Amino acid sequence: MSSSVETLVNKEYKYGFITDIEADTAPKGLNEDIIRLISAKKGEPEWLLEWRLKAYRGWIKMTEPHNWPNIKYNPVDYQDLRYFSAPKTTKPLGSLDEVDPKLLETYQKLGIPLTEQKLLAGVAVDAIFDSVSVGTTYKAKLAESGVIFCSFGEAVREHPELVRKYLGSVVPASDNFFAALNAAVFSDGSFVFVPKGVKCPMELSTYFRINAAETGQFERTLIVAEGGASVSYLEGCTAPKRDENQLHAAVVELVALDNATIKYSTVQNWYAGDAEGRGGIYNFVTKRGKCAGANSKISWTQVETGSAITWKYPSVILQGDNSVGEFYSVAVVNGKQQADTGTKMIHIGKNSRSTIVSKGISAGQGQNSYRGLVKVLPKAAGARNYTQCDSMLIGNRCGAHTFPYIDVQNSTASVEHEASTSKIGEDQIFYLKQRGLNTENAISMIVNGFCKEVFKELPMEFAVEAQKLLGVSLEGSVG
Amino acid sequence: MTAKKKPMLEIKGLRASAGDKEILRGIDLTVNAGEVHAVMGPNGSGKSTLAQVIAGHPAYEVTAGQVLYEGKDLLDMDPEERAQAGVFLAFQYPVEIPGISNAYFLRAAYNEIRKARGLEEVDSMDFLDLLEEKLRLVEWGPEIMSRAVNSGFSGGEKKRNEILQMAVLEPKLAILDETDSGLDIDALRIVANGVNALRRPDRATVVVTHYQRLLNHIIPDRVHVLSAGRIVKSGGKELAHELEARGYEWLEEGVGAAS
Repeated sequence: MSSSVETLVNKEYKYGFITDIEADTAPKGLNEDIIRLISAKKGEPEWLLEWRLKAYRGWIKMTEPHNWPNIKYNPVDYQDLRYFSAPKTTKPLGSLDEVDPKLLETYQKLGIPLTEQKLLAGVAVDAIFDSVSVGTTYKAKLAESGVIFCSFGEAVREHPELVRKYLGSVVPASDNFFAALNAAVFSDGSFVFVPKGVKCPMELSTYFRINAAETGQFERTLIVAEGGASVSYLEGCTAPKRDENQLHAAVVELVALDNATIKYSTVQNWYAGDAEGRGGIYNFVTKRGKCAGANSKISWTQVETGSAITWKYPSVILQGDNSVGEFYSVAVVNGKQQADTGTKMIHIGKNSRSTIVSKGISAGQGQNSYRGLVKVLPKAAGARNYTQCDSMLIGNRCGAHTFPYIDVQNSTASVEHEASTSKIGEDQIFYLKQRGLNTENAISMIVNGFCKEVFKELPMEFAVEAQKLLGVSLEGSVG
Repeated sequence: MTAKKKPMLEIKGLRASAGDKEILRGIDLTVNAGEVHAVMGPNGSGKSTLAQVIAGHPAYEVTAGQVLYEGKDLLDMDPEERAQAGVFLAFQYPVEIPGISNAYFLRAAYNEIRKARGLEEVDSMDFLDLLEEKLRLVEWGPEIMSRAVNSGFSGGEKKRNEILQMAVLEPKLAILDETDSGLDIDALRIVANGVNALRRPDRATVVVTHYQRLLNHIIPDRVHVLSAGRIVKSGGKELAHELEARGYEWLEEGVGAAS
């Protein structure tokens, strides 16, 4: 082993296969007709089409953000993309048994069995393939306790009043460039509604898969927890290996009313591109939660290992008094990956509290930026924030950057920020090797130790998954 | 014990450098199975470098010579292969691994070594049984196992942790690099007990130390004095007492005159 870390062999991406399936795709390009086409294909009501068109008219006046994020890429040609792709089905699906076997096989290969007898115990799954949901499990069981868990498209058809009430209430269609684009063309996504006083009896999870070429994925997720309700939700994502970049511009909105709790976990493993930086997903995502009620709590946990470029800031608006916002993040860049990620905690309610724990790991030639805003508005008396932001470097060609913004407008608030940067030490690696571990197991152990505070926030079965994923992402990062 | 001794470690004409600086300048040393050797010498004489080179630290380059372990070329093996083959280094400065519990780390090491030998891995329950006895040896309760590896440990606790690891991994060749430095008298006794408990005819120990006091508890078969990268004197356990009384200077001058 040399004194560092030059040989970069990108580990085979396990999920890079392509499913050969006939698809119903929209022609390339984006205009009002395409939006009308998407809306018509989904049989949407007039108000939703109008909402999309309004978003589109706002979007065409906006520009792709290139100035402030610490990421470099060529502007996306939005007229060269397709905005809708769905596997062809002969009839509407009545149950999972009618799902195309090719799709079931795809999810089987990804480790997400959708057939009832093989379901993950205690976890309900909504599987999204390109632009549509191919199936949601445990729907009936959840309905017994009043929990609605279905695809966004189905929610629009079956529960239009709920969708209309909350859609865009946290992330307005005009929020930012990518959120506006999503509002105009969003295809599918998941919808969760947990009624008053109900603790969702199982983990909910959505698995996103991009398959079609030259197609963007624009899903939209909306989770509402009424007074005293609680829910834990997890999303996972993969995509095939392709030489061209693919765009993923999602929006997630969370609404927590009085005393409600929403825990949202992400394990993101989109294709990251090859060692030369060819291909990979552009992951440009807007995620925001609103603690609308008193004593409500929203917690984001993310493990970001994939994507060529990650641009996302899962945030919490702490509107209710005594509300709690949390952000636990592990972001890994290797090869030529770039990540600009962090959070915004906006304190409005009295005694609102937020915690930010960010662990950034940079290897290869990866560039990792933490960007966070803690804002305390004048009425947020007694607000507290604690931020811990740690970076770890593996090798000499990667970078770690930190951009914390703190804006406090109430003198009784207390805001703490701690930051550290460390380099994975040759002495640490040697110590573990001397105890019989090979280099990769040694690095994986050191990195897992570094990320422990975040992993312990993940639901048990996904914590194990995340640890393994981290090991794989860093394989070959030390020569 | 049979009359014919089996060499565990054979070092022949070993030279090693760190960067441009040559530190080991021709070491010859044979340690037989069943023996305990002490390597002594003043600061900067190359004692720790010798220990690190045997373990395979990448910061040192071997420029000449040979190191055989049970007749195999040790220098041709990766550090983890050496560990798996039964070479253990108790570090002078044990490294901290935040976020990883002592129990998890030690079981991972134990299982890596078992795997390399074609043995089955042990699960955490069986491992706890095995640990219990080893913890008694270093006079520790089980709570130490849930703390992160060496994180926030005192100097003495770190050294004791090295001995615990040695007791669990049961190496054939153990090298202790200044394990006695910075220990109070109780900790010194615990460390010595750990080493003595491992003494067996098919194992060997090399104790690297600056001071004689550890050798009151661990009686060596042979004592070697290192100076400026060479062994300048070897003898029985009485040599350690002589060094304690006279210091190292008389030997260093001897080197100066010879070269």
